[in-house]
Amino acid sequence: MTVLVYDGSLGGLLTAIFDIYEYKLSDASVRKAEETSYSLFGQTRTIHTDEEKAQRVWKKLEDKLSRPALGQFYKTYLSELPGIEDPLIRYVRYVLSAKGSVENDYSHPDVLTVQQTSRKVHREKHRMEAFVRFQLTKDRLYYSIIQPDFNVLPLIRKHFTDRYADQKWLIYDSRRKYGLFYNLEVVEEVEMEFAINTADPSQVAHLLDEKEELWQKLWQQYFTSVNIPARKNMKLHIKHMPKRYWKFLPEKQPVKDNRIDPPAAA
Amino acid sequence: MSERLLEKLSILADAAKYDVSCSSSGSNRKNENKGLGDSKGMGICHAYTEDGRCVSLLKILLTNHCIFDCAYCVSRKSNDIKRAAFTVQEVVDLTINFYRRNYIEGLFLSSGIFSNPDYTMERLVLIAKKLRTEHNFHGYIHLKSIPGASDELMHQAGLYADRLSVNIEMPTKESLAVLAPDKKREDMIRPMQYLKTAIEENRDDQKTIKKVPRFAPAGQSTQMVIGASPENDLQILWIADQFYKKMKLKRVYYSGYVPISTDNRLPAVGTPVPMIRENRLYQADWLMRFYDFKAEEIVTPEEPLLDMEIDPKLNWALRNMNQFPLDINKADYHMIVRVPGIGIQSAKKIVSARKFSTLRWDHLKKIGVSLNKTKYFITCKLDENRKQFDPLQIRQMLLAEAASKYKANFSPQIKLF
Ligand code: SF4
Repeated sequence: MTVLVYDGSLGGLLTAIFDIYEYKLSDASVRKAEETSYSLFGQTRTIHTDEEKAQRVWKKLEDKLSRPALGQFYKTYLSELPGIEDPLIRYVRYVLSAKGSVENDYSHPDVLTVQQTSRKVHREKHRMEAFVRFQLTKDRLYYSIIQPDFNVLPLIRKHFTDRYADQKWLIYDSRRKYGLFYNLEVVEEVEMEFAINTADPSQVAHLLDEKEELWQKLWQQYFTSVNIPARKNMKLHIKHMPKRYWKFLPEKQPVKDNRIDPPAAA
Repeated sequence: MSERLLEKLSILADAAKYDVSCSSSGSNRKNENKGLGDSKGMGICHAYTEDGRCVSLLKILLTNHCIFDCAYCVSRKSNDIKRAAFTVQEVVDLTINFYRRNYIEGLFLSSGIFSNPDYTMERLVLIAKKLRTEHNFHGYIHLKSIPGASDELMHQAGLYADRLSVNIEMPTKESLAVLAPDKKREDMIRPMQYLKTAIEENRDDQKTIKKVPRFAPAGQSTQMVIGASPENDLQILWIADQFYKKMKLKRVYYSGYVPISTDNRLPAVGTPVPMIRENRLYQADWLMRFYDFKAEEIVTPEEPLLDMEIDPKLNWALRNMNQFPLDINKADYHMIVRVPGIGIQSAKKIVSARKFSTLRWDHLKKIGVSLNKTKYFITCKLDENRKQFDPLQIRQMLLAEAASKYKANFSPQIKLF
C-alpha cells in the first residue's frame, strides 16, 4: 500500500486525488504530513500541492455533486480527523464512477460517513456562531478567542461578516493559531502571536475598554436572572453547553461580586 | 449608576422570564448600509440557562409596575415585590452592547402596564424605532403588544419589530374572568386580528409593489399558561389549532405555570411545574405544524388528556395499529413520518436511500433510526416472520425500556421525538 503524504490543505488533498487517478494508485491511502507514523507501513510518496490539479478535481466534483453535497465534502475535510482522507477518497471514487447522482445513497458507508462527519462539523460551526464572545479593547477592537473541535473559521466567516459590519473584530483560533480579522473594510486571515497570556484576565484587563467589565457583569447578571430554579435541569444545560466551552464564556465564569440572585419564590 | 443598572436588570429580567418564547427565527432582515446585525438566518441560542432553556434574546420588561392584577403574574399590582423601570436609553444601550459582544440575537421587550396601555406601548415602540433608525440595528426585535393598545401603535410596532405577540395567557374566557378580571379577551383578540390582516396585506403588497416597508416579517405568536386553570388538553390544542388556522400565528407557546402566589384561585406554591404536560403539548403542537396531524387525531372527546407516559405520536400509532406495519421500502413519505421513532430527517433519508437499494434494518440503524420503537411499526422486505404484538404489549415493552427516561423532569427543548 502506498501512503500519499500531503500538507493538510484542501489543495493538497485534491492534488492527491488527482494523482491517484493519474497514476492509478488504487490502493493508496492519504495522510497529513504531521501524522507520519503511517509512513512506517510501506511506501510513502509526498504530494506537492498543485493548484491546477486541485482546480481540475474541484471542477469535476462541482459537476457531479449538488452544492449541499459539495459543502458536505468540504466540511468533512475541515473535520481534520486522522484518517478522514480515506473515506473522502472512496466517496469521490464512488461519486465519480456512478452514472447518476449517488450523494444521497445513505446505504453506502462512505456516503454516510461524509454526511455524518459533515454534520458534526456543521454543529461545531453553529456552536461557534453561538459561543463567540467578543471583548472590547481600548482601541475599539472586538476580539474573541476560540478553540473549536474542528477547523470551522472558514465556515463562520460569512456569518460574522454579515453581522458585524460596523465594528472591527478578530476571532482567533488558539488551537490552530490563526484568526479572522475584519478592519471595517474586508475580512482577512491572520496569523499572530500574543505577547500576553490571553487566558489570564489579569494580563488582559489593562487592554480592555473601561466599560467592558460592566457589560460582562450585566450579562452575567442577566444569565443568572433568567434562570428558573424550579425548573433546574443541569443535564440538559450541559448537553447544550458542553463544559469544554465554558472557559470562554463570561456567563460561566465564577460569580465575582454583587450578582443578585433571583428571589427564591418569585 | 452601574449598581442601579445591575439591580434593574436583575428585577426586570427575572420578571420577564416566565414568557417562554425565545425564538429569534423566521425573519428576513439583512444587514444594510454597513449597519449592525443581521437576522435573516435561523435564530441562534447563545447560551442555555441552568434549566436548559435557550437564551437567544435579551428578554426583559421595560417595567414591572402594573395597574392590573392578574393572579398568575409576578408583576401583579397586589404583589409585594421590588419594582423598577428602565429608561428608553438604558434598554437601547443594553441591547446594542450585548449584541456587539455576540451575547444575543436581539431584544424581546415586554412590559407591565403603567398609566394606560397606549402610554406603555408607545415606549416599547420608541425603543424599537431608536434601535432601527438611530443605530442602524438589524438584529431581531420581538415586541409584546400590550392588551388594549391602539391599532395605530400596533402598526408602528410592526414597522420596527420582527415579531409581535399578544399573549392570550388563559386558554378560555372563563379562566380569564376568574384570574385576570382586569383583562378582556377582546382586548387580546382584536390586536391579533389587526395584526393578522396587516401582515397578510403587507405580504400581498410585497409581491406586487417593490418598495413596501417590512411589517413584522417574523409574524406573530402567543402564549398560554398551562396548569393555572382547569382546561384539558383537548381544549388547549383546539384553541391552538384555531390560532394557527384563523390567526395564522407562527407559534403558540405553552408555559407550564410556575407557582408564585398564595392566592387560593391558583395551585399552591411548591406544586411542581407541569413540565411533562408542557412537553407533551409541545410535541402535539409539533405534530400539528410539521407532521400534518390534525388536532382531533391527537386528542379526542373520549380521551381529552395527553398521555403523560408516552408521546402523542406513539399514542396515535397504538390507537391506529390497523395502519401498521408499514413496508419501509414502499410506504408513502407521509406515512413514514408518522412512524414512532422516525423524524422528518430520517423519513427523508429513507425515501431517498431506498431509490438505490432495498433497505434493511442495518441501513435504518445507520441512518439514525432508533429501532427500539420503530421495529413494532415497520417491516423491511427481507423480514418476513415478524412477531405480532398488540398495542398494550408494545406500550408496556417501550415503557419498561424507557422507564427511567420518562420519569425524568423535562422541559420543552429536549429533543421532541
Ligand atoms: S397586565 Fe401583564 S404585567 Fe400586568 S399583571 Fe397582568 S399579566 Fe402581569
